[in-house]
Amino acid sequence: MTTFKSLFEQYHWDSIQQKIQHVTAAEVQHSLSKRKRTIDDFLILISPAATPFLEEMAAMSKELTQKRFGRTIQMYVPMYLSNECQNICTYCGFSLDNKLKRKTLNDADILKEAEAIKQAGFEHVLLVTGEANYTVNINYFLNAISLLKAKFANISVEVQPLSTEEYQALHTAGVHAVLVYQETYHRQVYKQYHPKGKKSNFDFRLETPDRIGKAGIHKIGLGVLLGLEDWRTDSFFTALHLDYLQKKYWQSRYSVSFPRLRPAEGIIEPNFIMDDKDMLQLICAYRIWNEDLEVSVSTRENEKFRDNIIHLGATSMSAGSRTNPGGYSVAPESLEQFETSDERSAEEVAEKIRAAGYEPVWKDWDKIYTS
Amino acid sequence: MKPLVIGDKKFESRLFLGTGKFGSATHMEEAVLASGSELVTVALKRVDFAKDTDSLLSHLNHSHINLLPNTSGARNAKEAVFAAQLAREAMETNWLKLEIHPDPKYLLPDPIETLKATEELAKLGFIILPYMHADPVLCRRLEDAGTSAVMPLGAPIGSNKGLKTQDFLEIIIEQSRVPVIVDAGIGAPSHAALAMEMGADAVLVNTAIAVAGNPVLMAESFKEAVIAGRKAFESQLAGSVSIASASSPLTSFLYD
Repeated sequence: MTTFKSLFEQYHWDSIQQKIQHVTAAEVQHSLSKRKRTIDDFLILISPAATPFLEEMAAMSKELTQKRFGRTIQMYVPMYLSNECQNICTYCGFSLDNKLKRKTLNDADILKEAEAIKQAGFEHVLLVTGEANYTVNINYFLNAISLLKAKFANISVEVQPLSTEEYQALHTAGVHAVLVYQETYHRQVYKQYHPKGKKSNFDFRLETPDRIGKAGIHKIGLGVLLGLEDWRTDSFFTALHLDYLQKKYWQSRYSVSFPRLRPAEGIIEPNFIMDDKDMLQLICAYRIWNEDLEVSVSTRENEKFRDNIIHLGATSMSAGSRTNPGGYSVAPESLEQFETSDERSAEEVAEKIRAAGYEPVWKDWDKIYTS
Repeated sequence: MKPLVIGDKKFESRLFLGTGKFGSATHMEEAVLASGSELVTVALKRVDFAKDTDSLLSHLNHSHINLLPNTSGARNAKEAVFAAQLAREAMETNWLKLEIHPDPKYLLPDPIETLKATEELAKLGFIILPYMHADPVLCRRLEDAGTSAVMPLGAPIGSNKGLKTQDFLEIIIEQSRVPVIVDAGIGAPSHAALAMEMGADAVLVNTAIAVAGNPVLMAESFKEAVIAGRKAFESQLAGSVSIASASSPLTSFLYD
């Protein structure tokens, strides 16, 4: 099977980085005036040369998002099932070398957490784990999904990379979306941040979305951990990956997330700082390039940014999130993956969305389509 | 104006509405009421049947409004047929807007799966209104399969581009034995009026109203445009009458 790897290897990090730095204002104006845009336009729109056009880009992003998604924001919430992990990722609270108490939810825990989440109004849930293949593997996931399927309209997962057959099993079990982040597309830097564990295999991770697409999963979510490397170059590769997948696995929908490195227990400081202005430029560039891409904004972002992004390009938002297993009811004090920034409750965030003239949508899927 | 008859129902209004994309259920309800529409489509996937008062349905609870559940989200005939049966049970109607778009990018309808699903659903007793390409042959095939209406697109859904498929819509209107409802792409009241002038039986509008600065006012203007277009059609718009003419300068010598 040919995968994204063969396309990826035709590009060189340094030359893309150079190209982004050398974009001119005239190129930006031309890209903004086009009817149809390509990946080359995305490169232009994330460049420093596009920064002075941010107001114009925000207006376009707002209009395009409304046209495609209406005045709605899809609500979802993460449910952390486990913080066990065999990987060393130097930025993550769950890293193997962090000597803290580990927890994996059992059946009773999962049901209790589900109740707490349902109480808050959620119908779309994202299941998250570390990577502990002996205990938290496909059998564990299938069991968790069978427990949760009757309770939620839409189940997504963000777990370790799996095989095509395992993704097919998740699809059959009723999983709607699979999220997997490359963290960084810089091969050497990736190695430094992921020195140990299965995750240290860059290529296996790089080819994961191909396996998800091949399994027929309805939605595929991509992203990089912003702060590990130059966000512009990393985002170009993310867009290149999305572009490739969207053409090849054309029956799947795509979403992109923007995890900015947040403080966590025992982690290193980000190498590259990305400020709010950069983040807004990136989100607008994604929207202007790709009108139907779903844009997810998590509670890693602060209240002010989230309140303003509602009408500038976001299509889905989490709220009231806990990033530790059992965080909603079972074990509120267990180790968090990272500190959330927006700590408001789901209802408070929903109220903000309504105040912005948007409807928080709790349910926009039905199990019937994944049976 | 002549009422529109589809299946066993009669409609005074020839404007159908979609209920997605509104900033709130209240805005949606106000726009639907202002539009005078008697048939609104609701995505099955948006409805929470587990809740006693679903936010969408509770705002559509008016005696003159008929619900038209749609299968948005279905990628093939099998999923659409499942969804249709769930909708029939949960929403207590055998009316169905059949939508099968395996392509999530432009949401273009799959003609093969749509035909397959129509064949099956007709046997199950559904009143089917299928979303489809402006393909005159496909329309005939769907009629043969037992559809109750056809819903050809004017332009890609949500694009607001108007009647890009006009030439094909004209053929469909000319040939069709079931009502023709132009769906998707209608972005302005003038587009709706044009479709009605051409002889379309109705139009379905969503994005143009939901995303307007003032959805209620926009709903009213669509209402008026649809009425104007229909009246023009019924009064035999000049240009649509191509044969009979009062004076015959070329042939009058025959009768001198």
